[in-house]
Amino acid sequence: MSAATTTDRQRFPGSMRFLHWLMAVLVLTMLGIGIAMVASLGDYHSLVSIHRPLGIAILILVVIRFVNRQFSTLPPFPPTMSSQERFVAHASEVLLYTLLFVLPLVGWGMLSAARYPIVLFGSLHLFPILPHSVMLYAVLRKTHTFLAYLLFLAFVAHFGAILFHTLIVRDGLLSRMLPRRARAG
Amino acid sequence: MAPSGANQEAKITNGRESLNKTTPVEKRPEPLTTGSRFARLTSIGVLLLGVVAGFLYLGGWFSPQKLTPARFADEFERVNSIHSGFRRNHAKGVCVRGFFDSNGQGSRLSKAVVFQSGRVPVIGRFSLGNGDPHSTDALSTVRGLGLQFSLPDGEQWRTAMVNLPVFPFKDPRAFYDNMVASQRDPNTHQPDPAKGAAFLGSHPETARAIAIIKSHPPSSGFDNTAYYGLNAFQFVNASGASAYVRWTLAPVRPYEAGTAASPENDKNFLFDGLIASIHQHPLQWHLVLTVAQSGDPTDDATIPWPEGREQVDVGTLTLDSVESEETSPARDINFDPLVLPAGIAPSDDPLLSARSAVYSQSFTRRAGETKEPSEITPSEVRK
Repeated sequence: MSAATTTDRQRFPGSMRFLHWLMAVLVLTMLGIGIAMVASLGDYHSLVSIHRPLGIAILILVVIRFVNRQFSTLPPFPPTMSSQERFVAHASEVLLYTLLFVLPLVGWGMLSAARYPIVLFGSLHLFPILPHSVMLYAVLRKTHTFLAYLLFLAFVAHFGAILFHTLIVRDGLLSRMLPRRARAG
Repeated sequence: MAPSGANQEAKITNGRESLNKTTPVEKRPEPLTTGSRFARLTSIGVLLLGVVAGFLYLGGWFSPQKLTPARFADEFERVNSIHSGFRRNHAKGVCVRGFFDSNGQGSRLSKAVVFQSGRVPVIGRFSLGNGDPHSTDALSTVRGLGLQFSLPDGEQWRTAMVNLPVFPFKDPRAFYDNMVASQRDPNTHQPDPAKGAAFLGSHPETARAIAIIKSHPPSSGFDNTAYYGLNAFQFVNASGASAYVRWTLAPVRPYEAGTAASPENDKNFLFDGLIASIHQHPLQWHLVLTVAQSGDPTDDATIPWPEGREQVDVGTLTLDSVESEETSPARDINFDPLVLPAGIAPSDDPLLSARSAVYSQSFTRRAGETKEPSEITPSEVRK
């Protein structure tokens, strides 16, 4: 049911596709861990122990991804998308990039403000990036939760939009992000 | 999803073709029938709802009976009401500073920097084990000591210990159920003895632990009692060998039983005694590691390990200054027992992760609250 097949020029470069899918897996894992750990007693510690280094990994990856994007040629939007749709698509990309950058920073910042050691693994830990203030911690802790829910909603919207284009409009939007041989409607 | 036959000719078979700039002919797909469009839209809706439901499921939204850190903290608040800025448990306290002199003996068991020979600074907090920051001191109230060791490589070791040789509850559910069973009747202001008896009936390990606790009558003060880490931890040494360990602080000051002659009419007699004592001379404890043998329970803090287990004195804790919570950074420390240096890891004791989670919840709640004055004021610690 593919309408438009996709040439390499209409597809994101391999590095962007790789980073997209790698981060998709990491960010979804992270959202699941995040909401599960705050409701967990028995698994709290093991989930937190993954959450912190994974957050830092996402922070590093989103910076690499942003830089890589500046040096990449992006495929054009399919002609099925109106200028409003393109604006919304672009704005949602800006929102996603911003959240993926800010959320780990807020997490790092809130642990810094509370003077929790930010252990990555073993004895390797991060330096604090904010002054010691539990009030600041309290504000950032709430911000972290709020932004995490916002990121989840942005993901749901992103997923919904791609499902709509794939199943209803059938303009091959998804194939821009798929490996060369794979085709999606 | 395979492409329809009509589009097969546009399929790219060779990556180079795209360089020839043969933009594929744009073919609009066949319009969807109303039924098909409806079915597809419904599938999208179901998929998205499924994703949202799965996310909320992970967050415990569909299991209102599940014990969560928030529900635990809620129960502490229900029992004690909310005291702005104070810990939800061990609310009344005073802060201390000092250092730990390691004699190097511990490095045989753990590669943690704190066990290499040398001195590390320590900040800590003595407390009483209830949620009322203005409670009246009593010998029978659990005494707590939270410590934070600041290691030279930037790592931290935090521990929260009490003066009980074993913990009365083996898991977080038992702790929570006991809080509920001990709920005071609004008319009599006393717990319902039938509920307490029912709890003990269904928790024989608690009854056994209480018998052990009763065989260790409380000392006369904060400064002449042992403090117990209670939970087992896994120690890993430089060659990778691991052992399960429980730690204890053994007081240098000889134990002296608290007696009825203790000035119980003084609301802060335990804290005042501590303050007077630390002004006279530094307070000291030996940090003693007890090493488990194979088969000793590592997941149940209600059970003591058998007598005769190897004990290693790894150094001396000295506390030489005391400060009110109002001026001490220790007020803002969460003595999370799972803030550990490399070389100490949690055991399989279910209390550990739960303590970490609930302490964190308590810390987050009080962090954002206005800080009310502490019972032990700055002028009181100067006396």
